[in-house]
Amino acid sequence: MPRVVVDVMPKPEILDPQGKAVHGALPRLGFADVVDVRQGKRFEIELEGEVDEDRLAEVHRMAETLLSNPVIENFTVHVEETVS
Amino acid sequence: MKVGVVTFPGTLDDVDAARAVRLAGGEAVSLWHGDADLRGVDAVVLPGGFSYGDYLRCGAISRFAPVMEKVVEGAGAGMPVLGICNGFQVLCESHLLPGALIRNASRRFGCVDQRLRIESAATAWTSSYETGQEVTIVLKNGEGCYVADPATLDRLEGEGQVVARYVGNPNGSQRDIAGVANERGNVVGLMPHPEHAVEDLCGPGTDGLGFFTSVLSALV
Repeated sequence: MPRVVVDVMPKPEILDPQGKAVHGALPRLGFADVVDVRQGKRFEIELEGEVDEDRLAEVHRMAETLLSNPVIENFTVHVEETVS
Repeated sequence: MKVGVVTFPGTLDDVDAARAVRLAGGEAVSLWHGDADLRGVDAVVLPGGFSYGDYLRCGAISRFAPVMEKVVEGAGAGMPVLGICNGFQVLCESHLLPGALIRNASRRFGCVDQRLRIESAATAWTSSYETGQEVTIVLKNGEGCYVADPATLDRLEGEGQVVARYVGNPNGSQRDIAGVANERGNVVGLMPHPEHAVEDLCGPGTDGLGFFTSVLSALV
């Protein structure tokens, strides 16, 4: 079954308190030289049938409407080969 | 005057909001998220809480609840709508109000009696106040940091759409914004909870009552 992945990230100019919290924890665990951490979301969408341009356009609409908030987030869409 | 109070799965403050409506002299009508029906109300309050568990983003799923179709339709026709806390997040997700609310810059949930300055008394929900008046209202949120791009913030300030500002910023909100209105002033979103400040017995005073008396006088 084809899998379409939507990655959602906070826009660069938007404060990311969760990423900051993770970034703050890393040195305490001994992970040095981490300059920044941003935390986002990954959605794995399983579709029936072939993924053509229309289906991808539909996933774009899903991402715009529900999966991301365009005021604070950017998203990317890509197709992943799945092993069944 | 009938003021509807919407209950979503995970809403917490619907009972307090309905009580505030009654204390202000209005009739509170319970509205259910799953019914595309406003039951003839004259105004709507979207109360606070954690609708749909705040899954995905706060307010993101509630926005598509059947009742919201009617709320958006009514708001477009001039019906007064107040979103408090989670309700504010729902209004932003619905694009009825500009901007968004993200996790507090402090990374802490805040629960305080918050000093606010009313910046605009020219909305359906703030006419009982004087512009510039300071009030104390309960603030309790983890994701109350108001953000918008600089052009939007400039426009909100220029058009008098900033309804209230924090006196002492508790959550990192841009330009200390605690509440905003749409252009027409019938839709207001507010992060603090006026419905928890309507009685001396339980709360920091009665400073919140004005939001509810305002809408009742707007509807006369």
